[in-house]
Amino acid sequence: MINNLKILLHQGKQFIPDVTTAQVPGIFRGRPVISQEPVHEEELAAICPTGAIGTDPVSIDLGRCTFCGECALAFPEKIRFTKDYKLATNVRERLIIREGEDQPVEVEEQLIRPEIRRILGNSLKLRQVSAAGDNSAEWELNAANNVQFDMSRFGIEFVASPRHADGVVITGPISENMAEPLQICYEAVPTPKIVVLAGTDAISGGIFEGSPALNREFIDRYPVDLYIPGNPPHPLTVINGLMALTRKG
Amino acid sequence: MLKNNGAVPFKNIPELDYKAFFSLNTVLVAGHPQRHCVTYHGIPSGEKTLLICCIADDTTGEIMVSSCLVRKGQELEALSAQVPGFERFEREIHENFGIHFLNHPWLKPVRYPKNRADHSQTIANYPFYAMDSDELHEVGVGPIHAGVIEPGHFRFICNGEQILHLEIQLGYQHRGVEALFLEKKGLMQRVMLAESIAGDTVAGHTSAFSALWETLSKVSISEDIAFSRTVALEIERMAIHTGDMAALCTDVAYQLGSAVFGRLRTPLVNFMQEWGGNRLGKGLIRPGRNPYPFTEALRLRLLTILTAYERDFEEMSAMLFRLPSALSRFERTGVVTYDDVVSIGAVGMSARMSGLNRDIRSSHPTLLYPELQHQPVIKHHGDVYSRLQIRREEIRQSMGYLRKLLEKVPENPSLGSPQRTTFTGLRPCTFGISLTEGWRGEICHCAVTDEKGELRHYKVKDPSFHNWMALALSVRNNEISDFPICNKSFNLSYCGHDL
Repeated sequence: MINNLKILLHQGKQFIPDVTTAQVPGIFRGRPVISQEPVHEEELAAICPTGAIGTDPVSIDLGRCTFCGECALAFPEKIRFTKDYKLATNVRERLIIREGEDQPVEVEEQLIRPEIRRILGNSLKLRQVSAAGDNSAEWELNAANNVQFDMSRFGIEFVASPRHADGVVITGPISENMAEPLQICYEAVPTPKIVVLAGTDAISGGIFEGSPALNREFIDRYPVDLYIPGNPPHPLTVINGLMALTRKG
Repeated sequence: MLKNNGAVPFKNIPELDYKAFFSLNTVLVAGHPQRHCVTYHGIPSGEKTLLICCIADDTTGEIMVSSCLVRKGQELEALSAQVPGFERFEREIHENFGIHFLNHPWLKPVRYPKNRADHSQTIANYPFYAMDSDELHEVGVGPIHAGVIEPGHFRFICNGEQILHLEIQLGYQHRGVEALFLEKKGLMQRVMLAESIAGDTVAGHTSAFSALWETLSKVSISEDIAFSRTVALEIERMAIHTGDMAALCTDVAYQLGSAVFGRLRTPLVNFMQEWGGNRLGKGLIRPGRNPYPFTEALRLRLLTILTAYERDFEEMSAMLFRLPSALSRFERTGVVTYDDVVSIGAVGMSARMSGLNRDIRSSHPTLLYPELQHQPVIKHHGDVYSRLQIRREEIRQSMGYLRKLLEKVPENPSLGSPQRTTFTGLRPCTFGISLTEGWRGEICHCAVTDEKGELRHYKVKDPSFHNWMALALSVRNNEISDFPICNKSFNLSYCGHDL
């Protein structure tokens, strides 16, 4: 008993008090900023392994970007990754960052379906579905619920049964072999329900884009309520994204 | 005959008739626990299929490569009739190329890849083993599991609470990684594929890919690159082992252990981010270069993190390892015997838990492992407790290695910018192999190049490919309620298996 208390005392408070303003350590690659500096644009775009960089004007699509940072290493005067981890939005187009822009990526309030905040605003239970991918996004979603990030304090939790869920969180590029289980799971969730794509693999296929072993028809069939970019998305990106979608103000 | 990270002209690989191929590879492995099959796969060769088998010898550090050209639809005597460890490799060859193996235990599909030989087989009608009895019942779990984990279907046959048999059906995570290695031609695309084989083994798979690429391009790496990769591999091992100790505590409802070990993983993965910008180490390891050199500031930072980590880790594990209510759940649960791990060809932790000394860091060492003179942690009971002990002791060992490595950080790091990479092309018509000990065990990457020096074939083997069978065997005769701790104690990869 005494030893238990000692451990508790030594551990102290571990949770992050404010997940909206917490600083991430080191050289986190978050929202990129592209300068107006003229560069050889084709050469820059060719560096990107997933074709996320567009030219004239130079842009980065965070839905395809794997945040590998190679572009910033090669063209440091042109591209800089900031430590801004708030990257989630409900509008696919908003994931495209153009040169000269230094605006936060945000959820557009007027486009949120009204029932989402009205019904799911205080309690959000989610069924996560892994559909191929490399298990890194799952890893970070689990981390979002550890004692430090502690997402469940906001009433957001992952549940086992789709019957208890208010939506699905999809990770991975959606393999042919997972297409049917995903569909069955989605149909088992009662309405109103949301669809969240967590990670670059889920949003665009990422490095797996174009593989014949994928079947991404699900994404075309249903509206997506939240895109959470990252490879994998940082727990703070996940928590802030889900809060922005479901909470007022 | 090759060494780790070796390459050989493709035509020099001995091409045997199947009878000689069969007897060579079965004689090498049967009755010799120091040898096992690291990879056995097919390469399309016109209308035919070239089988390539690589047997590693842990005492000599050699890898014996042999090949055999066979026809589609040909019937061959199964190697697994003599050595069960070939079982899954032969199923894979059967699934991909339609080659029939006689006297194989059961030629079931492995992962239902898009380019499989027989499209009448679908993942929804996998042929499970069944027992017809009024006294038994089946429990089916998955593909979607209760937690935030990867998909796979587990089919238990139980007598009351007791598990008689477990069959694990995988393939749901199959996204075509090996085919993409050939389709995506850019080096960066291929590194990224290697990085995305298993997100919890980024350092392991990316090191294996990079070493293979460097071998095939005849590029030798500077000391700072070897240093960074060794450090990354050991931090990855510590981080995942810590997380798995938390998971084991969670599954025996030991809340304090779960919370403390769970939070102790964070400083380790956050250090990976401070170093290379990603908590899982993505972006850190690149063939022939070192984008994020290890600085003096990072050295001091890591030493501080290790000191704080060690204090809390030792306090918590001392508590856990003398807690009777936890230990009674771990001890004698999920046992796999020495004979079984030898027979199925288990690797890494899953071999070492049952007294089988198998660790690439000591048998086929690369990077800075020869200098560290690694002595594998070996346990003998093959139960959940052995796997927990291995994790605790390997964490301590990794901490020791990191401190030793940090005594001398290499100076003059090589430059990291992509334009500096000096790859001029791969050796043409060459076969290369690279083994890396990831935290789960041995990772094997193989490549074959064509006459233009372009990739003709790329083959990945995650340690889970061997070890899923160990999990299936471990739960036999256990209560079904002990399945979660058996599963967590192995923590095998679905995506690494399914590719």
